[in-house]
Parts: sequence; structure tokens; C-alpha cells
Amino acid sequence: MPEIRVTPLGAGQDVGRSCILVSIAGKNVMLDCGMHMGFSDDRRFPDFSYITQSGRLTDFLDCVIISHFHLDHCGALPYFSEMVGYDGPIYMTHPTQAICPILLEDYRKIAVDKKGEANFFTSQMIKDCMKKVVAVHLHQTVQVDDELEIKAYYAGHVLGAAMFQIKVGSESVVYTGDYNMTPDRHLGAAWIDKCRPNLLITESTYATTIRDSKRCRERDFLKKVHETVERGGKVLIPVFALGRAQELCILLETFWERMNLKVPIYFSTGLTEKANHYYKLFITWTNQKIRKTFVQRNMFEFKHIKAFDRAFADNPGPMVVFATPGMLHAGQSLQIFRKWAGNEKNMVIMPGYCVQGTVGHKILSGQRKLEMEGRQVLEVKMQVEYMSFSAHADAKGIMQLVGQAEPDSVLLVHGEAKKMEFLKQKIEQEFRVNCYMPANGETVVLPTSPSIPGGISLGLLKREMAQGLLPEAKKPRLLHGTLIMKDSNFRLVSSEQALKELGLAEHQLRFTCRVHLHDTRKEQETAMRVYSHLKSILKDHCVQHLPDGSVTVESILIQAAAPSEDPATKVLLVSWTYQDEELGSYLTSLLKKGLPQAPS
Amino acid sequence: MQCAQIQINHDYVGLRTRHDFHPQFPSFATCSKELKECSGHVFVDSVPEFCLPETELIDLSTVDVILISNYHCMMALPYITEHTGFSGTVYATEPTVQIGRLLMEELVNFIERVPKAQSASLWKNKDIQRLLPSPLKDAVEVSTWRRCYTMQEVNSALSKIQLVGYSQKIELFGAVQVTPLSSGYALGSSNWIIQSHYEKVSYVSGSSLLTTHPQPMDQASLKNSDVLVLTGLTQIPTANPDGMVGEFCSNLALTVRNGGNVLVPCYPSGVIYDLLECLYQYIDSAGLSSVPLYFISPVANSSLEFSQIFAEWLCHNKQSKVYLPEPPFPHAELIQTNKLKHYPSIHGDFSNDFRQPCVVFTGHPSLRFGDVVHFMELWGKSSLNTVIFTEPDFSYLEALAPYQPLAMKCIYCPIDTRLNFIQVSKLLKEVQPLHVVCPEQYTQPPPAQSHRTDLVIDCQPPATSYRRAEVLTLPFKRRYERIEIMPELADSLVPMEIKPGISLATVSAVLHTKDNKHVLQPPPRPAQPTSGKKRKRVSDDVPDCKVLKPLLSGSIPVEQFVQTLEKHGFSDIKVEDTAKGHIVLLQEAETLIQIEEDSTHIICDNDEMLRVRLRDLVLKFLQKF
Repeated sequence: MPEIRVTPLGAGQDVGRSCILVSIAGKNVMLDCGMHMGFSDDRRFPDFSYITQSGRLTDFLDCVIISHFHLDHCGALPYFSEMVGYDGPIYMTHPTQAICPILLEDYRKIAVDKKGEANFFTSQMIKDCMKKVVAVHLHQTVQVDDELEIKAYYAGHVLGAAMFQIKVGSESVVYTGDYNMTPDRHLGAAWIDKCRPNLLITESTYATTIRDSKRCRERDFLKKVHETVERGGKVLIPVFALGRAQELCILLETFWERMNLKVPIYFSTGLTEKANHYYKLFITWTNQKIRKTFVQRNMFEFKHIKAFDRAFADNPGPMVVFATPGMLHAGQSLQIFRKWAGNEKNMVIMPGYCVQGTVGHKILSGQRKLEMEGRQVLEVKMQVEYMSFSAHADAKGIMQLVGQAEPDSVLLVHGEAKKMEFLKQKIEQEFRVNCYMPANGETVVLPTSPSIPGGISLGLLKREMAQGLLPEAKKPRLLHGTLIMKDSNFRLVSSEQALKELGLAEHQLRFTCRVHLHDTRKEQETAMRVYSHLKSILKDHCVQHLPDGSVTVESILIQAAAPSEDPATKVLLVSWTYQDEELGSYLTSLLKKGLPQAPS
Repeated sequence: MQCAQIQINHDYVGLRTRHDFHPQFPSFATCSKELKECSGHVFVDSVPEFCLPETELIDLSTVDVILISNYHCMMALPYITEHTGFSGTVYATEPTVQIGRLLMEELVNFIERVPKAQSASLWKNKDIQRLLPSPLKDAVEVSTWRRCYTMQEVNSALSKIQLVGYSQKIELFGAVQVTPLSSGYALGSSNWIIQSHYEKVSYVSGSSLLTTHPQPMDQASLKNSDVLVLTGLTQIPTANPDGMVGEFCSNLALTVRNGGNVLVPCYPSGVIYDLLECLYQYIDSAGLSSVPLYFISPVANSSLEFSQIFAEWLCHNKQSKVYLPEPPFPHAELIQTNKLKHYPSIHGDFSNDFRQPCVVFTGHPSLRFGDVVHFMELWGKSSLNTVIFTEPDFSYLEALAPYQPLAMKCIYCPIDTRLNFIQVSKLLKEVQPLHVVCPEQYTQPPPAQSHRTDLVIDCQPPATSYRRAEVLTLPFKRRYERIEIMPELADSLVPMEIKPGISLATVSAVLHTKDNKHVLQPPPRPAQPTSGKKRKRVSDDVPDCKVLKPLLSGSIPVEQFVQTLEKHGFSDIKVEDTAKGHIVLLQEAETLIQIEEDSTHIICDNDEMLRVRLRDLVLKFLQKF
């Protein structure tokens, strides 16, 4: 029995280190290869030893697909390909291919240089890993091999994020990666056609949330920033260099423009400026509005937002600073935070999720006295705000996508078990499809019944279709033919053609039955009586009386003869071929019963 | 059955400006108000008009799909989508649409800048046209020429285009699949595969094997074509584009060093990117870095900006620049360093910044409208200046004719990167289509170079050619269509091996067809006999003749057959030889069985039991189909 098998190595009832193993029609595909931000030990990366105990990964996996550049989806890639060892193709979109190595290098630097970890992947490994990447276009059908094909769909979420369809013959799986069903300031909404996959594997970060409108959150954000600078305070917004940063910059930039504000906005330099450049060059991946107006005004060329210099932090007066990294665990954002934390006029806005153990997580959970290195205690007097700007689909969006793609079944990953449970029920109720939510290492097996592709000869097809058009053809009609199977090539042809193709002659099997009748009349009259009798009974059949005196019913021939020995007896010769067996047999038994009395 | 009708229409959708006359040009008195003479040539003084694709031959409302090859091949699209009843879908890549829009926008802008109330029409009278000198008298279909469309029509036409990416499989009505492939000629330029499961037609138009800025041509996907339609070859088969670029640079340098200006009539996108890239490398080494480069077009800025955002459609070198991230084209740097400046027109900022000597890129390359007209007049009188023709679409002599006499130097460096005949032969050998179909002019040397027998398509079997307005039937016969067999049905089939490697199974199934997809389902279970209460009529017993019996094949070995009969209790069997076979007589049963190579005839009394027994014994020796 053919089946599809899915095993999450990461992101099974969890958020982080997304990595899902899919086996479909004999092909093995690994979806994403992420790291877990909450761990710095072995649990940081997916357990690749699960894939195969013996032998090389390259022999087992047909390809690896990376949905987008976030580290929880690609952070383990160099470890996987260079340290565990994988030489097959890795597919991702162009923007992901461009940005992924930069984030990996950044991640490596923090792990090795700042935390002093040993046995981590090197810069060279990142480069070698990226050499195995094959970039894909949206909607392009990429033929991984003769049977396996993949296709990317737009996913929103971050620049270059994609959903992937994995297809072998008539079986297919769609993996959403992370996606967003509502367009935001810089990206469009995810879209997929009615591709009816056997299985849809979807993220479920916001499985239970129906979020308030984004406009409200944006207004809230702007209000807080505005109020703080109005009263002379400084606003710190810790961000990761790519993604939300651009969205919030566009938001502030347009607000500053509209309100004609003069308070300086700074963006911490380095990666960020580069990041904006990526957005400019990959503008075709942003939303409709930005793409349409980019010639007149490139939204990623900011007028009000300038590069930050560390000396600016001590400048008097209000300002807004975007600084990396986003969780206040190191670097510039933490430095600025330490300088500004003591003043209650200032504000820090955390626009995204913070992992346990980071300064960001501590202040969000209400801690106001932080122990810094050197036993220093930092008292946080500044206001702390949290605002979710992550671009994931909410429950409504997930349902919408399931409705769009019309899968046979759904599998949830990238979410918390409790919330998944709720969504699972909702999906099963609304769409009447099975919904699964395997934990890491747990395998879901989905039996499939793929239909078998073949060819039908055009002659046979046209004959059938022509008859299908007849008015009496309302009930299903049977098609008869011969299936010729050569190698794995199946062709359905008419039986005549099959004989001809194989160089075989038809063997005609014919029956002629003698039916004795008591009838004193002449043969011609007997034939006439047979004709009228059959005509009255066989209303749906073509009954004919031929000039030579014989009677036909369809292609069955009936002749009347007079045996010389008995003038009161006539013999009917009923002759038919094997193909008319039923009708021929019926006619002989009918005629045996005799003819009705002729009106005298 | 609904079927997709696809008209390969792109070359149709090309556009040629004709020998119309620019109103600004001084004229001499002529016999008619419409006709003007200049240096012995006669011109028509009129609003520019355009020659449209042949639309008489087909009813465009019956066309389902238009596939666009590249932005040069879509200039007549508004005429078709807006005024013919066409209601199908147009498919094109994103760069094709964006740059196509720029070309149309520029055209509309050029024409609308110099409004003229009247279109000349008197000269189109056949009796008058016949008397006019060449090339006017040779102009074809003059009555169908049309004035330029408006921006509104352009926007409406473009809104009907569906964007597609390379190697995207687009299903049309479930009947055929179309796929654009990179053709290597321009940003987003495509060749198209039109295929069903059993037939494949490739449409190759405007392709290039040279490495310029676009993504390289996808040749591998053209393999296994039943028919390859080939068009859009280079217009200048004898010129080598690389050599022409060299000549362009050296002539430009020479002129500028002598204090003259250089005018390059061009389209606002395409080869200009390559020329700017050459100059970027060349000007410093030639000591020309202080010479300003001006690019004047209503869409100059857009064109330069758009070129930088289509990284995914560019050649590998340019693509990898974006990963750094740097703009893929060096004209970004030329602009940044103020070496290249762009203006929407000669009015406004340009007149303040204008410094000579300089190099000006501007349109239209026909020299009949656009800012180029101004520069021809400004610089035409001095022999220090040079006009360099790089676009191959127009004869430079005809373009220059109304400006004669000219003192300015004229250099003809046509740069056409499309396939030449040597490259075509190589390509065809590589992809090996079963048949090649191409315009007639590719099967004979150009009229002006009739001795160049090398300037024809060379392939085996010889290409089938077509002419304007000719209808060709493509040389293949459709034999099969895709069908899907439901697994339940497949399980019920009983295959038998007829020959080594070939198995057969007879199939009785229900054919289900929807959206041109055919599915074979298992036959429905026979209905339960109706309850006995209903009065039975004779006709209820009439069998449904639609339950077909299979065909039979094979032959019956008489000896074995007789043995079988004996085994089944028949006695008194007599066998007689006949000319073609044997007759087996069952004397007791008054039954006769004629056995020949390809037929068996059972003649018996009306004893159904007996007949069926004999039938089944015969069938044991035969194969069913």
C-alpha cells in the first residue's frame, strides 16, 4: 500500500529548530534545517541520526528544502551539510539564498566569538554549504529528478519566504514554512492555488489567536513612540536586522513624514544598511504597493532614518534608535539599553518574541533589577513595552489557507501542543479531513491510493465521448478496451487495435442454431412472422427484414428454411458471433417458445 | 470536448513604424498637401501610424491564449486586447510586462507630445499609392495602419496579462500545458513549450546564445519536440555583435576626442544596458571619464531602476552581485558618480545641465519622433558630430533620408544578439526536433545577398516554411490522450503476458471526464434484481447488448480439441479435413464444428446446454481481448 510518512525532527509540538522528514512515493525530502534558540547544548540542532543510522545522508535524502532565512528554519544547515555530511541539493528562493549565509555567519560569531563555543561550524563551512544551494523562482516547477518535482509559492512572513509543494506523480505534500495571510507594510499575503495535496503541513504558531487588526497595533506603537519623544524621552527598539526592522522603519518613516517630526531616528549600522539594500534589490518580493511606487520612491531608502554612531547614545534630547540584536542579549542594543535604562522618561519597545535567559525576556517578565557582569545591578526605570509584530498567520489565516489548498489531510507543526489540539479539532470539524500533530520523532503514516497514469488511444476516446453525448447515455456507460502494459508504460486501446498492434488475427467464434418451428406456411411468410414478433418485443433493438427474406436483429442473422422431409415444419437458422452471445442466446430461447398465433 | 486554441501570436504582436513623416521637418512644395519631398525622396506628412498584426485571418474572439515572447513582441497588444473581441488570457513574465510597459509609455509620450490633427489618407488610395516612388509604393496593407494607442488602452491591455515565471507549468483547460523558458535575449524573454502528455511543440523566438545580461537560454528543455517553430533570428546575420560593440566604442571615442558629440538613437531598455556597461569599462581607459553621458527618455529613470530589481532574471554574474548586495548593473555607479545623467525630456533640467561634447542616448530609433529628432537637427549640420545606429529594427538609410543633406558622420553598428544561422544549426543539432517550422525567408538567402547560401537554416529533415497569412498544419498526428486508472480498477485487472515484456488486460470500466481530464473508474456493481411483486414482462428479459464480449484470438489445435471433447464425455467424434481446416462432427448430437485458422463455427440444434458446453471448451483454447 503506498503511503506518505512524516516525521518531525524539530518543530513537532514545539517552536524552534524546524526540521521535518517526508517520505513520499519512495522519495525522501527534508523540510527546513533549523536551530533552537532556547538551547545551547545538543538540543539546539535536530537529531539527524534519526534519518539514517548507517550510511550517508546523501544516499538517503533526495533533497533538502529551506522555506525562509530565519535561523529556526536554516540555522543548522552548515552543521547538517558539512559536519554531519550531506552533498545533495538544497533548495531555497533567491532572497533566502542571499540573506541566509549572512545570518548564519552572525549566529556563528555570537556562538564562537562571544560565547566561546568550540566544535561549531566555521565560516568556510557556511560557504561550502551555500555552494550546494539551488535557487528557485516562485511557481517554477523544479525537477529534482525524473519523478520528484517541487514548486515554491509566496508565503509573506519575511523577504523570500516560500511555501513548497513536493510532488511525485499524482501524490503531493505542501509545506507552508512560516506564512502570513494578511499583507503588511512591506510584504504581501501568502497565496496558493487549489492544488489539493494529499497532505498540508502547516505552521500553527498562532493556532488559537485571532489577532486584532494590525492597524490598531501600529497605531498603538506610533502613539507610544510619539508620546515618549514628545516628552523628551529616548526610544530604544531592539530588532533583528532583517524582517520586522524594515516594517517598523517604513511605519516610522511614513509617520515622521506625515507629522513633519524632526526628532532623529537612528538605525544601528553594519548589517542593517546592507539589509535594506537586499530589500531594494529584491523589491519584486515585497508587496504590491511598494513594487508599484519604487521608481518614484523606494520605500527602503529612508529619509528620516540615519546610521547610528555609538557616541549618539549620550546626545541630549529625544531620539529613536533601532538596534540589534532583538532580544537584548548582547551587542549594541544591550549597550544602549544600559545607558538609558535608568531614566523613567525613556522607553524600550520589544517588537518580537524573547527567549528565556535573555535580558529581553527578563524585563518583559517584569524584572526591574538586573544583575549584570561584575556583580553590577542595573535598575530599570525606563518603560518597557511588548508589541507583537511577528508575521505569522493566525487561526483565521490558517483556516483560510487550508480552504485555499483543499488538502486531503492536515499536519500541524511549529506551535504549542495545547494550542494545536484546539486548531486540530477546528480543522477536523470544518473541513472534515484528518488532522495530525506528531511530536518530535513521532511518525505519521498516511496511506494513499494514487491512480495509475496511462494513455488512451484517441480513437477509442473519441468513440466513447461521442456515445457519451447521446441523450440516452445518462446512466454510466461501460468502456471496453485492452490495456497494453509494456515496461511501466500503460496504454488503453480498443480490442481491435490491441490485436493489430500485437500482430494477432482475430479468431471469430460463430454459432448457428437450428430452431424447429411448426408452421405450414411458406418460408417467406414464416420469416415475416418472425420479423413482426421480434419487432414487437425488441423495442430497443434494430430489427430488420432484408429483401432476401432473412431477418436481422442488430448483427444476428435469422433465416427460415424448409426441410424437405416435413412440410409442416420450418427450421430457423439463428447465427451470431461470440460478441453477440447474450442476445443470440436470448433469441434462440425466445424463438423456441414458438410464434404467436397469426391473426387469421 | 472543449479544446484550447492557441495562436502563436507574438511575432504578430510586433510593431513596425512606417515611412511616416515628422511634422517638424522643413518641407518643400509638393504636388499634394500630404506628400513632401526632401533630397529627391518623397515622404508622407502625417501623424505616425503603425502596421498591425494580420488579424483578418482569424477571429480573435476565438483565441483563448496569447503567449508573449519578449517586450519587443508585445507592442501591438492594446490593439488586440482592446478592439478585437479578444477575451482570453495573455501570459508573460514580469520583466516582459514591466519593460513592455515602459516601451509603450515612451511611444505614447513621444506621439502625444507633438499632436497633429490629421492622418494622411489620400495617398493610401491604391491608384495614387501605385504611382508613388519606392518605398511608399511597396508599403503593404496601408489601409490597416492605425494611429497610436493611448496610455489608458495600454494600462487596460497590461491588466489582462497573467504573470508567469520560467519553467512554470501552466495548465490550459486541462488539455495542454504551456511553459516559458529563458531565451537569453532580453530581460524576461521567453521561448514557449506547448505540450500535452504525448505531443510537444516548442516556440523559439528571439533567442540568444551570447552572454549579455539576461539569464542564459534554456536549451535542454527544448529537447524531444515533435515540432519546433523557429522565428526571431538576427536581422543582421553578417554582423558580429562583439565587433560592433568595439566599433561603437572606438567611433564614440574618436568623435568625442575631436570635440564632437555622439548621438545614439535607441530604445530605452535592452542593448542600452550593455552599451552603458561597455562604456563603464571603456571610458576611463580611453581618458573620456569627463565626457557626460545623457540618457533622455520619459522612462529613462524607470528603465534604469527596473533593470536593477530583476536579479532573478539575470545572468549568473549579475545575480551573484545581488548577493553581496550590490546593484547588478554598473550603471548605478555611473549615475552615482555623475557620469551618467538621465532626463525625462530635453526640456527642464536637461537644458541647464547640458554640456558639450557629450554622448546622448535617446529615442526613437526610427528618427521619426521623440527627442532624437531635436538632436538630429541640432547636430546634423556639423561634421564633428556622429550618429551611431545600434538598433537593428530600422534601415539607417531610410531613417536618415528626411534629414538629408547631412554633414554629421553616420556610423552603422547594428547590435543584434539574436541567433544567427550558424548558431541555429548548432542549436537544432543539439535539441533534435522531429520537424522544424520557420518563416520562408529563413529558407533562402537574403535578397540582397543571394550568393550567401550559408545564410539559411540547415537542418534535417528540411524545415517546413510559411508565409504571411498562410495556414500550416503541423506535421504530427495525435494518437493518445492521458488517462488515469483508479487504483480499485487497477487491482481488479487480470494481466496476462502475451509476449516477453508485454502484458494485456481487458478492461471494462466507466469513463469519467471532467475539465478534459479522463478517469477510468470501476464498473458499478450490478443492480439487485427487483422484487417479484412487479409483473414481469417479456421485454424485461431482453439483455443489454451494451455488455460487450471481448474479441478472441489464437487458433484451435484439432487433435487436442478432440481429446478435450472426449474427456468431457462426447463420443462418436469424426474429423474431416477441408481445404482450410477441419470439420469436427458430433454425430450423436447432430452438431458440426468447423475449425479454421481464424474462425470456429458451431452449428447445432437448439440445445442451449450443449451449445454452452461446446462454447466454453472452444474458449479454453483462445485468448480474450
